[in-house]
Amino acid sequence: MAIADLNLEQRARTREGFPAWLARRGTAFWVVAVLLLVMPAIASPFWLVQIFAYSMILGLVALGLMFLAGYGGIVSLAQMTVAACAGYLVAILGDSAISQISLHWPWWMAAPVAILVATLFGTLSGALSVRTEGIYTIMITLAIASAFYYLALQNYTIFNGFSGFNGIKPPVFLGVDWGQNLPFYYLTLACSALAYGAVIYVSRAPFGLALQGTRDNPRRMAALGFDVVAHRIAAYAFASFIAACAGVLLVWYQRQISPGTAGVGPVVDMLIIAVVGGLSRPIGPFIGALVYVLLRTFSLDMLEGVGLDGKRYQLLIGLGFLVIVLFSPDGLIGIWQRLRERYRKGSEAREAGMRIGGGSP
Amino acid sequence: MSAVPARESLASAGSANALELRGVSRLFGALAALSDVTLSVRPGERRGVLGSNGAGKTTLFNCITGDFAPSTGLIRFFGEDVTAFPPQERIRRGLRRTYQISSLFTGLSVLDNVYLACRGVSRNRFSLVRPRRDDALVHAAEGLVEAVHLSAVKDRLVGELAYGQQRQLEIALALSGAPRFILFDEPAAGLSPTERRDLVHILTSLPAHIGYIIIEHDMDVALRVVESVTMMHNGRIFKEGRPDEIESDPEVQELYLGGGHG
Repeated sequence: MAIADLNLEQRARTREGFPAWLARRGTAFWVVAVLLLVMPAIASPFWLVQIFAYSMILGLVALGLMFLAGYGGIVSLAQMTVAACAGYLVAILGDSAISQISLHWPWWMAAPVAILVATLFGTLSGALSVRTEGIYTIMITLAIASAFYYLALQNYTIFNGFSGFNGIKPPVFLGVDWGQNLPFYYLTLACSALAYGAVIYVSRAPFGLALQGTRDNPRRMAALGFDVVAHRIAAYAFASFIAACAGVLLVWYQRQISPGTAGVGPVVDMLIIAVVGGLSRPIGPFIGALVYVLLRTFSLDMLEGVGLDGKRYQLLIGLGFLVIVLFSPDGLIGIWQRLRERYRKGSEAREAGMRIGGGSP
Repeated sequence: MSAVPARESLASAGSANALELRGVSRLFGALAALSDVTLSVRPGERRGVLGSNGAGKTTLFNCITGDFAPSTGLIRFFGEDVTAFPPQERIRRGLRRTYQISSLFTGLSVLDNVYLACRGVSRNRFSLVRPRRDDALVHAAEGLVEAVHLSAVKDRLVGELAYGQQRQLEIALALSGAPRFILFDEPAAGLSPTERRDLVHILTSLPAHIGYIIIEHDMDVALRVVESVTMMHNGRIFKEGRPDEIESDPEVQELYLGGGHG
């Protein structure tokens, strides 16, 4: 069935109307979409923002990684660094409690410039690592991420060192305070839906197809007239743009930013989120992020409930990661697809059995 | 001062050879996979390259397409010096190749493979806009899929195709766009007798202006689709001539036809 699903997607390469695309979505898509839209009516503010909005922000950062790794075969650890770079720029260019550094630009200048510069930064780090493959790409991007972390940690004139920036306020415009729970939830939901749709759309556009070609067979791509290096750098730019938007949301959510946001821990967490969710589909990173945030939030209580040290929540995350990677190389998405396949086979078998049984009397 | 550009433009206007190699060598460490190969092929000419394993045939192809840079020597494609060009620049000028071991995009559908090949030699390679249903390149891709008898499986993932079908797709990728010259690297390897007949048909029905070089061990295929033959041995060109001359040459028979390949 998984193969049949894939074929459906293959056939959808040519442009179809948005309504036609919507009509092809399954039940699961509609259930999730409606649930997300009416969530504020069901969930408490804590769940709405601390769990769902935060998950979507982390999911956005990991979505860029999924795009690079799933379609381009590029594993970059610098995604979180790009997001943190955008977050820092919002604090530096815009308003924060560190008024001797912040330039107090209005948000509509600070946020776009932050996204632009962070995207440029991500593209340049991509250009640095683009000629490497596999483990060497991981090493170079990890080096870039560490360099940014130590720069932010040790530089006081721009990054304000260890303490970073606090007192960053989400903007107020159109008469809405976007820092309030409800508007902020819908803002992150809208950004996530847009980015999710954009990744799906681009994956079947010439650029996305060519990227998948460079993943499967870079040498042949060059022998078909494609510039593989340029395509990979463009993929870095696209993924960096998504991460940069997520970084702006992240700093509005946290209302502060410090070197810890770009530390090696969070940088590797993004890889874990993307792999746990599944690299084969754009929904994977969001699922991975939700699982990660839930574990982070509740494992402390759970562990203390069974008499263990609550600080060991990383142990649970690590164990979960191991189990998923061992049993399902394509993450939670892969488990879901296999379950659905088994269910369909089961119901088909039952139907067949009923037809045979129905004929006998 | 004006003499050189004039000669260049005359050359690219079509009076030049399709392919011209002068003193091309390729070293791998101390091993000379190619040494001092000089070769010229006219536009539209169909040339066979024969030689035992390790004679340097595939290295020759890799140097022509730019997968490897030659250690020394000069390569001209329709009069233009392409020695320093990356592969994609040579491909965009009308050079194509197939690979001895199928080199396809196994995670994409048959049609997407051919579509990518058509897109690679056209504009808007970075387009973020999905093609319309009546897109010219989609039509071109569908035409090519039909030409190699793969219409029935055009939406299947290439990784699921049978071996022979993958070989046919390999050829479709090389026919995309407006090829002027194609390098076929053992296209018949592993094909069934029926598939070989199809292959000969595809090769002989190519438009007359498209020349090619074919590496082929199967004499039945090779000698039916070429008009001239180059014999290679230990990285050097050993003999050139018409197919019947080469076939009956005692030295060639000693070296190649009798040498364990029968």
